[in-house]
Amino acid sequence: MGTFIQLVIDGLSTGSIYAALALAIVLVNQATGLINFAQGGMAVLSAYIAWALNGLGIPLLLAIVAAVVISFFLGAVIERYLIRRFERGDPDTAVVVTIGLLTLITGFCAWIWTYNNRLFPSLFPLETIQIAGAVVSVRSLGTFIVIVACMLLLQALFLGTKLGLALRAVAINPASAAFSGVNVGRNLMIGWGLAAVLGAVAGVLVAPQLTLTPGMMDSALVYALAACILGGLSSPIGVVVAAWLIGVLENLAAVYVPFIGHDLKIAVPFILIFVVLIVRPQGLFGRKAVVRV
Amino acid sequence: MTLLELADVRAFYGRVQVLEGVSLTVPDGGAVGILGANGAGKTTTLRAISGTVRSTGTIRFDGKDLRGLRPDQVAALGIAHVPEGRGTLGDLTVRENLRVGAYKRKDRKGIASDMDYCLDLFPQLQDRIRSNGSALSGGEQQMLAIARAIMSKPRLLLLDEASLGLAPGTAKSVYQAIGRLRSESGIAMVVVEQNANLAFTLVDSATVLETGRNALTGSSAELKGMDEIRRAYLGG
Repeated sequence: MGTFIQLVIDGLSTGSIYAALALAIVLVNQATGLINFAQGGMAVLSAYIAWALNGLGIPLLLAIVAAVVISFFLGAVIERYLIRRFERGDPDTAVVVTIGLLTLITGFCAWIWTYNNRLFPSLFPLETIQIAGAVVSVRSLGTFIVIVACMLLLQALFLGTKLGLALRAVAINPASAAFSGVNVGRNLMIGWGLAAVLGAVAGVLVAPQLTLTPGMMDSALVYALAACILGGLSSPIGVVVAAWLIGVLENLAAVYVPFIGHDLKIAVPFILIFVVLIVRPQGLFGRKAVVRV
Repeated sequence: MTLLELADVRAFYGRVQVLEGVSLTVPDGGAVGILGANGAGKTTTLRAISGTVRSTGTIRFDGKDLRGLRPDQVAALGIAHVPEGRGTLGDLTVRENLRVGAYKRKDRKGIASDMDYCLDLFPQLQDRIRSNGSALSGGEQQMLAIARAIMSKPRLLLLDEASLGLAPGTAKSVYQAIGRLRSESGIAMVVVEQNANLAFTLVDSATVLETGRNALTGSSAELKGMDEIRRAYLGG
């Protein structure tokens, strides 16, 4: 039983990292209708910024907060001066642009900071606590709690605020939103900025475990995209739950299903995607698009 | 007093010129129709006003030059554009659609009473208040588009083909509601309409466009039943 609880909590912790990145992808998708493949790369850049600021002698928490703020503006600037040129065109083109951006940012990080692994200090103490007979690391628990807080804030933003309503309106029909006085460009910038903030949170939470490298978020991005499909792109809570499900299931499968083991566990989310896409194409929590013709 | 004045407006899609000098005057509280055949430039005239198409010439609203403003800036001045095709925010509920309409307003009480007014004007929307916009019928979506415009508390309403694709009975009831809105609120209107008879139930005067120019302008009483109106529509 102790092992089981430990596996679940560790799964929730890694799942939380996928969740943060998936939330960022959902945010951009809700605001601009695009899938931003550069979201992971932007998160790595944010983590490097926090790491560099910390290296200059700035306390870790302050460095992270500064990196988060810088990330907001970085996200906004990327939208305004790069993505904006492609938003009105073919969505496929814009997606290719984000893939190009991923390559560019990864290369940029490698150029400045090299491919060497950098040790990133953890926000949480490296201690363990006992929960119901299981040994749980404070870091796993802390990561989990931070992501839950982010998720609730985001859901409140989308459903409970005027800004969230404007972001959704712009995503659905920019022309109509503008006719109601919504500044479309500014909302798109805010959407990308907020997504970059979430990515930054994911980056600084995962960096202590994986150590900082330019390609640190590559596999997390794959899992995050899987979570987006599983949870449904229209549901922030849905993608978080899906990300946790992926984290937990892959941990459990690795230990309890003999033929999967640690080598095959990356297949777990994709088997899940297969099943969900066949049974519920809108995702587990997504809203089915009902259109009267 | 003149609320909206267009003089010698020319508009372009890329390098294609669509308007070749359109003029239009809307008095405060007045309702003016723009009639004409397909492709005459009716919709483009509205787009030039709301800033969604590039134009030259004079476009003044309440003494302010509108040219060069973004659509959201034009909207903020008190012009609500109900676009052709209704522009429904499909993934938002009816209530959320109406709240987007009130985006620029801060007077909570006024917003609440205008929401009640819209639901009284279009009782069908009350029954669908929690439905997604995309699940509404064509007529209901048209009502929602007009209601969303009312929620911005405009001084001028730009209505583009409110009867398009609706059953005759539905179109008539939509126009009756707009007529009621006009008499109760005094909002000025520019009404683009294919169906001249419907338009004449609402407007005081109208201009007929032909290939991007004013072909004929006059009061509703003068224009009703004129052969030119029929000709303009049949393209003869």
